[in-house]
Amino acid sequence: MEIKLKLNGKAVTASIEPDTILLDFVRDHGCLSVKRGCDTANCGLCTVLMDGMPVLSCSMLAARADGHSIQTLEGLQEEAEDFVGFIADQGADQCGFCNPGFVMNTIALLRENPDPTNDEIRAFLAGNLCRCSGYDGQLRGIRNYLNSRKK
Amino acid sequence: MITIQKYIRPQTLEEAYQLNQSKRSRIVAGMLWTRLGTGSVGTAIDLWDLGLDTIEETDEAFTIGAMVTLRQLEQHPGLNAYTQGAMKNALQDIVGVQFRNMATAGGSIWGRYGFSDVLTLFLAMDTYVELYRGGMVPLEEFARRKADRDILVRLIVKKTPGHFVYTAMRNQRTDLPVLTCAMARVGEEYRACLGARPARAVRYRDDRGLLADGITTESAAAFAQYLADIVPTESNLRGSAQYRTHLIRVLAERALGELGGMEHGN
Repeated sequence: MEIKLKLNGKAVTASIEPDTILLDFVRDHGCLSVKRGCDTANCGLCTVLMDGMPVLSCSMLAARADGHSIQTLEGLQEEAEDFVGFIADQGADQCGFCNPGFVMNTIALLRENPDPTNDEIRAFLAGNLCRCSGYDGQLRGIRNYLNSRKK
Repeated sequence: MITIQKYIRPQTLEEAYQLNQSKRSRIVAGMLWTRLGTGSVGTAIDLWDLGLDTIEETDEAFTIGAMVTLRQLEQHPGLNAYTQGAMKNALQDIVGVQFRNMATAGGSIWGRYGFSDVLTLFLAMDTYVELYRGGMVPLEEFARRKADRDILVRLIVKKTPGHFVYTAMRNQRTDLPVLTCAMARVGEEYRACLGARPARAVRYRDDRGLLADGITTESAAAFAQYLADIVPTESNLRGSAQYRTHLIRVLAERALGELGGMEHGN
């Protein structure tokens, strides 16, 4: 079947199988920041934005993206750039495998709630698992980034 | 992993219903549970184009389309006002925001999953399921039925005045619950809904009149003990039947304490 969508702002027309998963589709189209983690909709590594909303690409049919806009970190580098520096300063990216999904969901959080409390940050990012860091580094990085924006 | 031969977005409910009469067809909602299954699906029927993704609120009821996401429910001001925040409490620990942006109200209720926070809370309210062919069915009755080839179109929640408390026990935040508990007073009726037993949620009433004179420390303890005595539990990898029975007493007593506080305006 044929689908048409916007991938990182560019119109894409592609022929897919009905059971093609969005994760495989975006990776096949060069968006290698999107990682396959648990593959059971639990870890958040495969987060992409669909019409601006964070979703798990490992569990979404590419067919459902037909007619919609999909964004991956490749298309949001400018928006992510400042924030990612603060995460790196905390050493919170460590192995880095979870980082793209984590950054994508943080972007979604800050679009929805530009000045979140620590509890709001924890709640929004609860679906992003990291086996290295213990999460405190990410929280400090986001907090420092938010504080820097207020100066 | 499942394989899908054909993917269709019907333009009418009748088209979706007809497609769904084949045993090889399956309605796909959030795809989260379906994706974890095995086997071959002939036709995946996606209700995405049928405009079932809105919550309508009137003075009498909420009408919730089958494709409304759990995140929409969680963030809906009217539903949270009506349930005094129980809606958000029930949904906020279901995996993560991304997951709740995909999981749907219809899929959660249709699946009648044992672990469902969604089913547990909606059972506490005056909820009806609108089926395409089967018409309006009280959720309490629907929850007992086996799945058939009908289509869940909407949920209707009547705004019967009431108080609601939701609590659950999880071994770890975002994991599936070990026990779910929604306690409510709707009109003059007290309701205790208990799920993740691990079987699907069921609704119990105060048949013995233990709360007839209102919620006090003693009556709450008596009703919680009554629930622990009569609600069936079983064991699975998240907890033993004995542990779940213990949790029923503890969570019910806590929830009744909170409900009592609401009734007294605290």
